[in-house]
Amino acid sequence: MIRLVLRSREPRWLAPLLICCAIAITYLLTAGPIRWAGANPMAAYRRYVIWPLTSGDSLGEVLLTSTPLLFTGLAVAIAFRAGFYNIGAEGQFLAGAIAATWAGTTFDGLPAPVAIPFALAAGAVAGALWILVPALLRVGFRIDEVVTTLLLNPVALLCVQGLLNGPWRNPVNQFPESAYIGSGYNFPKIIPGTRVHLGFAVALGLAALAWLVLARTATGLRLRAVGLTSAGARFNGVSVERTMLSSALVSGAIAGMGGVSQVCGLQGQLTGEISAGFGYTGIVVATLAALTPIGVVLVALLLGDIVVGADSASLVLQLPPQMGQVVTATLLLVTVGILVLRRYRPVLSRRRKAAATMARVASREEVLR
Amino acid sequence: MTGEASLAASSAGDVPLVELRAIRKSFGDLVANDGVDLTLRQGEVHALLGENGAGKTTLMRILYGLTRADRGEILIDGAPTTITSPRDAIRNGIGMVTQHFSLVKPMTVTENVMLSGAGLGPIDLGAARKKVLAAADRLGVTIDPDARVGRLSVGEQQRVEILKALYHDCRVLILDEPTAVLVPQDVQALFTTIRRITSQGLGVLFISHKLREVTSVSDRVSVLRRGRVIDTIDATGVEPRHLAELMVGRPTLGVERESAVASVAAARPVLDVAHLTVAGRGRNAVDDVTLQVHAGEIVGIAGVSGNGQRQLVDVLCGIERPADGRVRVDGRDVTGGGPQEMIAAGLGRIHEDRQGTLLTDLSVEQNLVFEHLAEFRRGPFLDRRRMRDYAENVIRRFDIKAQPTDTVASLSGGNVQKVLLARVLTREPKVVVVAQPTRGLDVGAAEYVHRQLLDLRKVGTGVLLVSEDLEELLALCDRLVVLFEGRVTGELAAADATPEGLGLLMTGAAA
Repeated sequence: MIRLVLRSREPRWLAPLLICCAIAITYLLTAGPIRWAGANPMAAYRRYVIWPLTSGDSLGEVLLTSTPLLFTGLAVAIAFRAGFYNIGAEGQFLAGAIAATWAGTTFDGLPAPVAIPFALAAGAVAGALWILVPALLRVGFRIDEVVTTLLLNPVALLCVQGLLNGPWRNPVNQFPESAYIGSGYNFPKIIPGTRVHLGFAVALGLAALAWLVLARTATGLRLRAVGLTSAGARFNGVSVERTMLSSALVSGAIAGMGGVSQVCGLQGQLTGEISAGFGYTGIVVATLAALTPIGVVLVALLLGDIVVGADSASLVLQLPPQMGQVVTATLLLVTVGILVLRRYRPVLSRRRKAAATMARVASREEVLR
Repeated sequence: MTGEASLAASSAGDVPLVELRAIRKSFGDLVANDGVDLTLRQGEVHALLGENGAGKTTLMRILYGLTRADRGEILIDGAPTTITSPRDAIRNGIGMVTQHFSLVKPMTVTENVMLSGAGLGPIDLGAARKKVLAAADRLGVTIDPDARVGRLSVGEQQRVEILKALYHDCRVLILDEPTAVLVPQDVQALFTTIRRITSQGLGVLFISHKLREVTSVSDRVSVLRRGRVIDTIDATGVEPRHLAELMVGRPTLGVERESAVASVAAARPVLDVAHLTVAGRGRNAVDDVTLQVHAGEIVGIAGVSGNGQRQLVDVLCGIERPADGRVRVDGRDVTGGGPQEMIAAGLGRIHEDRQGTLLTDLSVEQNLVFEHLAEFRRGPFLDRRRMRDYAENVIRRFDIKAQPTDTVASLSGGNVQKVLLARVLTREPKVVVVAQPTRGLDVGAAEYVHRQLLDLRKVGTGVLLVSEDLEELLALCDRLVVLFEGRVTGELAAADATPEGLGLLMTGAAA
């Protein structure tokens, strides 16, 4: 009989080891479907994970693909850390994209040193505004933020489509796409010969900042306390409401900047497909990353890797492009399951001993209640 | 079932309804029941009297199948019976109303009553409704079977719980502190209901720690103390004083204590609570309480749990706002202040809810520094080296068996309490408010806590000690303040206090 016992502390090597186990299990689970689809699992995996890293071109595509996921993953991780379950990064991302397009088409003559900070600020404000109402409802009236943030996602998408079919319809070709933003707003490329743009660097900078704040400052410790044990935090004089509200706003702002990055760095205009579900994938990224900024960077890169690899696999190995998503989803489920072991230690025990331990655990629970 | 019951009643006398033999139950090192024998006869109200932690509830949970005994036998109608779940208990005619009701609030009374017995397949709501009405009639209460339970008063909800038990044709009804949640009028109605139930041949087991209730409603009383039945006596004509003495026992705590500071009254008050009132349900939870703690003095708050101690402590800890009154710490008015104000004024807080007041998922080190993070800043960042040094130092000084990086959730109860004590004492507070500091701790850990409190007194810190353990209070305190239903019913020097006298004050019998 295997039982789980609460760990007193987590060894440093544990999380990486568990992730490796999760990857191995994912491979075993998905090998069947891949073979069924007519490809060799080993070859498919080489395509998914290794191949994109082998050439400069595809490596650039990996970084480019991971850029929006860095923003949304980080946004979700910060909110979740404070116990605010922001499922609305998608909507905040779109709000940011709208704001960037508004800035870029309204004040289109601004030079780059002014235009780029302006667009990022506009996107951050828009993202924060998009989360403001759910956040206020949560801290003021305890209305479930999962529902409210989620429901605002389609609202944001409809706003995008309404703008593109109405006032922002492309004046030149009448397509439901906005006009191009002013040239000053285009993010510069940061790696010559690739499409990797300033947004990637901004996202990395934000991740580094988030790591510093969470791991090294009093603010970060308070935020973690609120997310982990809000009653304890309150007893210790932390304003749970204010902490939750501000981390929600920061989360919305970061997701909004992700939208700016996608408009100014890649598309140059607003389209109905500006977000390929980046907000939702951000939840996957944050969860797989165990809500740590460093983890977000690694996971976003891994998912970017798999997306680029899946495109190639569908061309070369004739695998359906959805197979990449099957692999990612399986990885998510396995990882979430296996990460339980970070808190609990599996113990193999005989029945009688198990009962004794259980009694001890029960007694501790009852006594401490 | 009434026919069956009266049939049984005619042949009753020798065979008790329920007999518990040598029940033993331990949780780790804590022995909750230590060879308990108990019988319940037909048509009697049998009260279980005892302080908190005496083992009353554990015993009843065993009978109802919520907990399994380590040893011992349960006999029902003289036949040995194994009860491993509430389902078994219900099948054997045992019903229980716990302190926390298990009702589905948005559902109606009828739906709630039939919910527990409903199997698969269609249900006959109409028939169930009739059965509920019949059961209510038998109880002698009126209840609307179609009312939503959430809309009912607490007293009415309790009646629904009793109906639920009767609906399953129970013959033994366990009531776990049924009056704790009730207003006085509802208590009278409940007693009427109980008598009505027993007149039909059912047996009622009634858990309480209120003497007056026990003497007024029960036929026999079993007094439990530290997991053992001290005595079972006839309730008619029993002296409350005698019961109080049985329940509390005599102080035997072996703590060495120096004589009181020469003139405590002349010392300055470090905690000054005046006319403090905290709103509660029905009546004020804390009602016009005035008390002072002087430097170098330990003042005890005695009382049965639920008589306002928790709310008083909550206000002093800064997590509850008083409706009226004033709180001064070392001369500084901190009325209505939050945790930060209280700490800044020099008040140390050790709440009875240890898990709820610590950051259980953070490490010992983080918990030790959390209240004064600002002192560990270096620039915008936290100085991790200094935090670690500080934590290691404190862990050594207070002999906490843990690493700085261990999460608090993984510590034993004694070590959790040490972390709390360390956190408070390292700040050298003027006064410490400490609630139930040794509840659930083993003897060694409890002794450690007592020594720390006496050391505080020696260095001139004031201590307000809230405890349900009278032995602890009598051994440690200079003065005692007794709370009953939120009011101060007595204040006396510990040297003048006797367990019986305190017992009477605590149960409102002397009020």
